[in-house]
Amino acid sequence: MEFGFPELAAIRLGYGLSPHMKPPATADELLAGVADAAPGPDAYTLQDARDAWQKRKDLSDARDAGGEAEKMAYDDFGRELGRMNWLDLQRRTARAVDAHSGFGERLVQFWADHFTVRGNGAAQQPLVLSFVDEAIRPHLNGRFEDMLFAADTHPMMLIYLNQNGSIGPNSPFRQRRPDRPLGLNENLAREALELHSLGVGAGYSQQDVRELAELLTGLAYNARNLEIFRPGMAEPGAETVLGKSYGGDGPASLDDIRAVFRDLARRPETAAHLARKLAAHFLSDDPDQGVVDAMAAVWRDTGGDLPQVYRVLVTHPALADSFRQKARQPFDYIATSLRALGVTGQQIMGFEQRDQNRFLVNPIQRMGQRWGTPSGPNGWPEEAEAWINPPALAARITWAMTVPRLLLPELPDPRNLLDVALGGTQSDALAWAVPKAESQREGVALILASNDFNRR
Amino acid sequence: MIILRGAMDGIDVFQPYGDPMLRKLRQTISVGPEGGAADLDGFYALHPSLQSLMPLWQGGELAFAQAVSTPYRDKRSHFDGQDLLEAGTGDDVGEGHRIGGWLNRLLQEMPGATSETAYAVGTDEMKILSGRARVKSWSPDADLKLSAQAQLLLDQIYHDDPLFRDAAMDAGDLAGEGMGREKGPTGDARALGLFAATRLNADTRIASFSLAGWDSHARQAQVLSRALERLAASILALKEGLGANWAKTTVLAMTEFGRTVRENGTGGTDHGTAGALLMAGGAVKGKRAYGDWPGLADNQLYAGRDLLPTRDIRAYSAWALRDLFGVQGSTLERSIFPGLELGEDPGFLA
Repeated sequence: MEFGFPELAAIRLGYGLSPHMKPPATADELLAGVADAAPGPDAYTLQDARDAWQKRKDLSDARDAGGEAEKMAYDDFGRELGRMNWLDLQRRTARAVDAHSGFGERLVQFWADHFTVRGNGAAQQPLVLSFVDEAIRPHLNGRFEDMLFAADTHPMMLIYLNQNGSIGPNSPFRQRRPDRPLGLNENLAREALELHSLGVGAGYSQQDVRELAELLTGLAYNARNLEIFRPGMAEPGAETVLGKSYGGDGPASLDDIRAVFRDLARRPETAAHLARKLAAHFLSDDPDQGVVDAMAAVWRDTGGDLPQVYRVLVTHPALADSFRQKARQPFDYIATSLRALGVTGQQIMGFEQRDQNRFLVNPIQRMGQRWGTPSGPNGWPEEAEAWINPPALAARITWAMTVPRLLLPELPDPRNLLDVALGGTQSDALAWAVPKAESQREGVALILASNDFNRR
Repeated sequence: MIILRGAMDGIDVFQPYGDPMLRKLRQTISVGPEGGAADLDGFYALHPSLQSLMPLWQGGELAFAQAVSTPYRDKRSHFDGQDLLEAGTGDDVGEGHRIGGWLNRLLQEMPGATSETAYAVGTDEMKILSGRARVKSWSPDADLKLSAQAQLLLDQIYHDDPLFRDAAMDAGDLAGEGMGREKGPTGDARALGLFAATRLNADTRIASFSLAGWDSHARQAQVLSRALERLAASILALKEGLGANWAKTTVLAMTEFGRTVRENGTGGTDHGTAGALLMAGGAVKGKRAYGDWPGLADNQLYAGRDLLPTRDIRAYSAWALRDLFGVQGSTLERSIFPGLELGEDPGFLA
């Protein structure tokens, strides 16, 4: 079988091939599909998060005043919030499985990881969902500066990187409380430079981190009224970041913060950092310098217009030349497997708790990617070696052996599945081995466990 | 070897309450014996959440070194810091991962080393063990369901793809060696320790795993307690699992860098420079603080904010390799830790 752009696009840039739909035929079709990853009707908003916060507070007050029934109501709601992380995994899987182009949902995964947040405890779970729906999805197809600003001023990021309690040492807020140990916290400022924009290799200094931390004071989330900026907490006066002064005149405002993020987003160091990161995620752990340079050039020329940068990525010869150099991460692996098996998003959304656990939550954890809990703000590792090690590969093989049989009323014929799932890209070794399996179940498992299928 | 990811605040774990500056720099954290920490020697006190390790201290099986660091300076990035810690090289940022980890280079120098000699435990990537020498890797809760025929076919399928082939080979050998999950908030850490012990009781000589959760920018009292309880659980599980072999064991727990000496505005600390190294095990000359304390006064700090490193942390690792495996000084300084000057033997192994 021959294969071309459609197969490469689906396998490398989307969530693989599906028995229900054709892969995108052209780069235009692939790129147009990114719009499908915009916030959906089920988008979770900050207002939803606030409502959940209010409800929890009311239930907590009622519990303190009431008896057993009130305590149970409070605990039940806490458990409901705690399960939102798994609901999020379920929703994301369902959208990935159904998306025609798939590239948009892959970009959601990429950018949500680039701007890693992690909810601490049940109460923060609504904010994690809102982060992806309100800071990432609306900006996938826009300018990077808008995503950078939205992500780094989103309440979940302010909480995760400790901006919430960072207070200008000379701010009015601080001066009214001389006895309390209040002051700067430089966590968000550092990661905004190191991880989110310039990259660690760029020539910024500890002084730049410090000045940016001062400039970011005032950013603080108040769950009561949804505000994210409190001028009274901001450090007065101008701050100099990378040689440019911000916030010199007038009272502190969010506009100064928008201005610094805009400038950071357009810097050539940011162009180079993000071009390489996109290429390393989609093409190869050690990407071709030609495609990196081409993307960085478009980034610089357009000031970080993402669709134009994506176009370079998806039309470059490196797309074909570096085929199978990437290993699918566990989320990608599970979504791609379900899609190849013909499972639909509707079926996935129908999973009750038990199926959620055995088909999604537990397997992804054993594969090394416990949902919503990367170990640091740099997100999940990119290299194949991080994902294909003995225990993690054992978890993939076990998934391939057990889940299809539990999930499908009837298993597909492995010989058909080979073409459906791999579209002519399968190796001779796999094509040779699949018909020799002892059972349909093992034939299906060999395909899903194969390096052909686990690589992209 | 335990890698503590996220930058452990060494000043809060082994609190130098005898330094009068500590009280001035920190108000709500590191409050010494009056805040419940256990006095160790009249100068240092042990964080309350490591109370369960006090019997080891009393028994001479727990020690630490203060004010140690890798050669990494100034950028204070967790991820570069960890890469350098695991690579064991000098401060050439970004180069680290290309030459693999220092424990792997040790294996390349060990006569008779096999793939069983070193073990990466858990599903976290352990760059400290990555490199040319083969190592094993398994996770306490891993499992593999595969028939013999399917396994043979998979061997064929993976044959020309070393990454998959080697991982599957080990997975096949190790299937059934898992031990299920341990319950409770420290259960995963305990399982890592118990599983590592089963390997070390067999042919393995070096086991490595990582514990995350040390990045205490805010509410450090809570964040650090949780992390320390997991660290203590993993060490006690190692001791329990190793039985008599504990007497021959050295545990090193190290982190990418320390944290600012001053408490920040949110009851936490930011990224710093020098930190602390924990040593445990029957092979350790314990109940002692190693390293030179640089002091906390303004003119004693690094860059006006961090604890000043007084010793390269690699020197401790190198002396341990010399004592435990007989590695020559020149090999240590040239191959395993390129650019390191071994210096004086800190003498922390019994």
